[in-house]
Amino acid sequence: MSAMDTQMMLVWVAKASYFLAAVLFILGIKRMSSPVTARKGIVWAGVGMVIATLATFAITRGHNLGYILAAIALGVVPTWLWGKKVAMTDMPQMVALFNGMGGGSAAAIGAGELLKFSHAGAPTPPLATLALAVIGALIGAISMTGSIIAWAKLDGRMDKRFTFGGQQVVNFAVFAGAVLAGLALVFWKLDASLVVVFFLLALAFGVLMTLPIGGADMPVVISLYNAFTGLAVAFEGYAMGIEALIVAGMVVGAAGTFLTQLMAKAMNRPISNVLFSNFGGGGEGAEIAGAQKPIDAADAASLLYMAEKVIIVPGYGMAVAQAQHKIWELSQALIKAGKEVKFAIHPVAGRMPGHMNVLLAEAGVPYDLIADMDDINPEFKTCDVAIVIGANDVVNPAAKTDKSSPIFGMPILDVVDSRQTIVIKRGKGTGFAGIENALFYADNTRMLYADGKEAANQLISELKAIEGGGGH
Amino acid sequence: MIDGFLALYIFMLAAFTGKEIIGRVPVILHTPLMSGSNFVHGIVLVGAMIALAHAESPLAIAIGFIGVVLGAGNAAGGYVVTERMLEMFKSSKDEKKG
Repeated sequence: MSAMDTQMMLVWVAKASYFLAAVLFILGIKRMSSPVTARKGIVWAGVGMVIATLATFAITRGHNLGYILAAIALGVVPTWLWGKKVAMTDMPQMVALFNGMGGGSAAAIGAGELLKFSHAGAPTPPLATLALAVIGALIGAISMTGSIIAWAKLDGRMDKRFTFGGQQVVNFAVFAGAVLAGLALVFWKLDASLVVVFFLLALAFGVLMTLPIGGADMPVVISLYNAFTGLAVAFEGYAMGIEALIVAGMVVGAAGTFLTQLMAKAMNRPISNVLFSNFGGGGEGAEIAGAQKPIDAADAASLLYMAEKVIIVPGYGMAVAQAQHKIWELSQALIKAGKEVKFAIHPVAGRMPGHMNVLLAEAGVPYDLIADMDDINPEFKTCDVAIVIGANDVVNPAAKTDKSSPIFGMPILDVVDSRQTIVIKRGKGTGFAGIENALFYADNTRMLYADGKEAANQLISELKAIEGGGGH
Repeated sequence: MIDGFLALYIFMLAAFTGKEIIGRVPVILHTPLMSGSNFVHGIVLVGAMIALAHAESPLAIAIGFIGVVLGAGNAAGGYVVTERMLEMFKSSKDEKKG
């Protein structure tokens, strides 16, 4: 076989492998959207990734092989080890971080393409290739710095919000500048210094766009940047002529956009509001009269002992306290005592949609005890005791009653309808959105000030004491 | 190079596919699915590898190198995190059975 034939065959093998990888990605994502097949789904997608990566070595034929291997090792080893040991509670920020890396990689591909085109004497690329390379680089760069800010916020490395006068004007100016620089690159002049200006503006916009977004909106933002990175990958895939990138990137872009919409819908807020109205940022909300009424674990346990139906509402505080196992232990004790126990999950409880479901699944809570907001809300009226553990904004009745509240209009769990409410909370502080919660001041609400795990432990032993003491 | 309109059709069909395949995802899987799709766009690694392989000037090699590091991080980190999240669904399922 001549060298030419061998080369063509390697390209054919690589292209066929990319096709196989694209099929595996689609089947993998499909499997990941059903609880029964989800665990296989990630393995299928993983096999696709390995096949595509190995096939790529066939067509790069050893060019810069040392650099490629070193870079892969440098990318894989730390993230693999970090991903293995990070606590479950920190998963959301890890997703944000890895997503930012993907965006950065797409932006780097774009930068490399533009650099190549800008060389004196380089052939002029087709308009569509150049335009998509620029758009992909723009979106990828925004996704990278935006995700890094989201990571820093979720990881508690940065103040939750950062606002200044005229912020939206500045943001718009920077974005317009990036777009103009991009247009200039496509239609006017492929100039290396213009490429630098374009990237600086795009990277800056990612930072500026994310800074004012706070609190409850962060899940939507991460999902949006995930979709952004997908689109950036698809566009750079077109610029480079790699079909697997186009298909995988576009599928993720569309699925991510759809997921973002589902989440925004769950919060009853259009995505434009999330991005441009500083949710949880400025509003004061009405002053709340009255005081929070504390309760100790023994009294709380006797309330539970008298109850027939108990609904548990977990929030981010449960994740922070790693209290999910103890809460399930408490629930099992209550179930054993003949009580009906359910878990109520707000769509955006925690820092990502489904965050609470993941933690409860980790603790071993069966699916059928976990209810979504729409299913459980009518049940609070017939609930004897609701236990709120580490949830705040998602149970704040101000979202329904107080037009001046920054969370007005967000659907909430109607815990306030419950006959009694026990709120397990470390202190008197406000939630992530930074607003007071009227539920905590309600006449039938009692505050159990303790760490979530500790509180659950105390409740379990107090319950045992009541049962052992012949409280029947 | 891929023909413009053919590419447009691929974009369109892939977009519909992406929306359809997650159409009925339960809330319980939102986070793992987001994480899993985050892993899938780690395929950007392949593009970055090819870009680095074709790079000649030191600047192009540096940019390509960064692209491969970041892409590999996206893929590896995305896989580990997703696998760990989904692992938890096993324990809950088994408990339900038993």
